[in-house]
Amino acid sequence: MAMDSAEIERLIKQALPDAKIEIRDLAGDGDHYAATVISEQFRGKTRVQQHQLVYAALKGQMGGQLHALALQTVAPE
Amino acid sequence: MSDVQKFIDETVKGNDVVLFMKGTPQFPQCGFSGQVVQILDYLGVTYKGVNVLADDEIRNGIKQYANWPTIPQLYVKGEFVGGCDIVREMFQNGELSTHMQDAGVPVSQPG
Repeated sequence: MAMDSAEIERLIKQALPDAKIEIRDLAGDGDHYAATVISEQFRGKTRVQQHQLVYAALKGQMGGQLHALALQTVAPE
Repeated sequence: MSDVQKFIDETVKGNDVVLFMKGTPQFPQCGFSGQVVQILDYLGVTYKGVNVLADDEIRNGIKQYANWPTIPQLYVKGEFVGGCDIVREMFQNGELSTHMQDAGVPVSQPG
C-alpha cells in the first residue's frame, strides 16, 4: 500500500496550518518517505511530543498505509 | 490494564534499557530496528530486546502503550525515548549517550 506525498502534506497542513513541509520520496515507491516539518506548534515540546503531533495529523495511516516516514521536526528559528 | 499492557509496563519498568523491535538484537528483521541495535551496540549499552514479531498482541499493544505508531521503540529507565529517527538524531548530536549516563546507565563508548 502506498500513499501520495501530496496527501501526506495535506494531512499535516490540516493539523498544523503554519507548517513548512519538505517531503522526499526515498525509494521512489510511494512508501518510504523522509519529511522535515517546521512549525511553531513544536516550540517547547519534546521530540517525542513533536513527532506525536505529526503522527496524529496522519490519522493512523502511519504504521499502516504509510510504512516508512523518517521524520525531522523543528520549531522555527 | 489488560494483560499485555501489564506485561509491557513490567518489562519497561523492570529493565534499565528496553528496545521493542522487529527481530532480535542478533538478527534484526527491519532496517529501522537494525539501526537502533547498531547504535546501542556502538555505545556499549546493555539492553533487553523484545521481538514484537513473535507476538501480535505485544506488536499492537506497544503502539498504544506509548501512543506511538511505529516500531522500534526505545525505553530508558521506564521512559519512552523515541523511535528510530529520534534515537538516531540524539546519537548523532551526542545527546543519547548523555541521556543514558544521566539516567545512570553505563555507556562504554561516550559519544
